[in-house]
Amino acid sequence: MLSRWIEHQVWLGAAQAGVTMVAALVVVWLTGRLKLGMKKEILISLGRGVVQIVLVGFLLTVIFSADMWIAVPVILVMIAAGSVMTIQRVRDIPNALKISALGITAGAGLVITLMTFLGVIKQDLTSIIPIGSMMVYGAMNTNALMMERFRSELTAHAGQIEAGLALGASPEQVVSPYTRRAVTAALTPNINGLRSLGIVWIPGAMAGMVLTGENPAYAGFYQFVVSGSIFVTAVITVLVSIILLRKQVFSPAEQLLLRAEDGQ
Amino acid sequence: MTESERHTFIRAENLTYVVEGQAILSAISFAIQSGERVAIFGPSGAGKSTLIRLINRLDEPTSGTVWVEGEDYRQMPPRVLRQRLGMVMQHPNLFPGTVADNLRYGPSARGEALSDQAIRALLEGVDLAGFEDRQVGKLSGGEAQRVNLARTLANKPEALLLDEPTSALDQAAKAEVEETILSVINHQKVTCILVTHDEAQVRRLAERVLRFEEGQIVADGTVLEVLGA
Ligand SMILES: Nc1ncnc2c1ncn2[C@@H]1O[C@H](COP(=O)(O)OP(=O)(O)OP(=O)(O)O)[C@@H](O)[C@H]1O
Ligand SMILES: [Mg+2]
Repeated sequence: MLSRWIEHQVWLGAAQAGVTMVAALVVVWLTGRLKLGMKKEILISLGRGVVQIVLVGFLLTVIFSADMWIAVPVILVMIAAGSVMTIQRVRDIPNALKISALGITAGAGLVITLMTFLGVIKQDLTSIIPIGSMMVYGAMNTNALMMERFRSELTAHAGQIEAGLALGASPEQVVSPYTRRAVTAALTPNINGLRSLGIVWIPGAMAGMVLTGENPAYAGFYQFVVSGSIFVTAVITVLVSIILLRKQVFSPAEQLLLRAEDGQ
Repeated sequence: MTESERHTFIRAENLTYVVEGQAILSAISFAIQSGERVAIFGPSGAGKSTLIRLINRLDEPTSGTVWVEGEDYRQMPPRVLRQRLGMVMQHPNLFPGTVADNLRYGPSARGEALSDQAIRALLEGVDLAGFEDRQVGKLSGGEAQRVNLARTLANKPEALLLDEPTSALDQAAKAEVEETILSVINHQKVTCILVTHDEAQVRRLAERVLRFEEGQIVADGTVLEVLGA
């Protein structure tokens, strides 16, 4: 209906966003009436969301006209931002930011580079950047889950960890049940996502291709490329990160540096 | 063990532990002979646990060191030190699994297998014969603490560091664990450092007392000398 009145695509988009915003504001008004007490938070998030994504849209139109190598700094910026967001709840772990950045760079960097050079990802900014961002985003979420879980497992089991150290076990040995749990917990949403692919949800890449009129069968294959790559990225990221992370929580003399929550 | 066979086994030298500018231990020095049974005795917050954790090197001294049979413990691999000075903490902190799994933990961490026979002997030593396949979650407090002791003994330590091994237990369990400790140290003649704030326990288990107050040794002597009759 909107497209009948508005011809330029960008203005059309703005109008569509406007309608969505009105719908969101109605919902916000409703939450206010229900006294859910999150009105301010939702308003801020909505505001940030619309401003950020529209700015990125404009930015991408500029970026897409540049040389392909601009993908490198763009993805590095994404990795930096993703690393900062990853560690928000694990700031007490020394070098958490560095570890998360290294992990995401290893995972996303390797997979994006490899997939691009093999031609699995089209060697075109309009492919590399959105798909790269999905990998960085996936790596960020997985890593955040892993780091939080690892930290909470350690503080919850500090007594057993020190008991293990006191029995002459190595830091790697004493934390192995917890590294395993942290990695499993972090990868579970990803694995569930792979399993439910197409049945419960049609993810972003495929949805976008179908929306823009690509052959849905090709879109299906391509969605697997994206989801599979996100999974590989996530696995590499958490494995690199946890190996580095494990070192941080022990001193060179193999002492546990994190304190127990219950003071034992 | 006769006096002539005894030699200095552990010597703490100016052990100091400072947290956030506050000295929790201030330049502690003492020597313990092999085979000796020493109680670290003092009020809550005196720094007793801190001292025993430093001896096991679970925490790092701010300054000072510990000599173990003449060797500076900072030169020793921590795992070797911790195997030699077996620590038993206040809470058992057993690993999920069976009693036998727990006993095997220390040796298997070093790549050694603990035979079923050795497990049986260890459990007999702590009066828990036949407990091999029990799940640790189902043990009583006293039983769990005796498994904890056996788990440390499975490492064949040369000394035992016991940090309030009975203070989390009720009266009956406390008596049973204390008896087990006594029988173990009588049988194995192992050097023993026991942290406690229970004077009666000091009299029952120790021959020498280091009395602690506010991070310092305020008395060092035989039980009679320090605590009187
Ligand atoms: N890592 C730490 N950070 C801050 N304070 C600490 C730390 N370790 C110990 N302390 C403080 O040092 C003091 C001595 O603690 P410690 O646990 O050694 O005492 P304790 O003699 O074993 O007492 P209790 O009989 O209650 O077990 C306490 O005041 C404690 O709060
Ligand atoms: Mg204590």
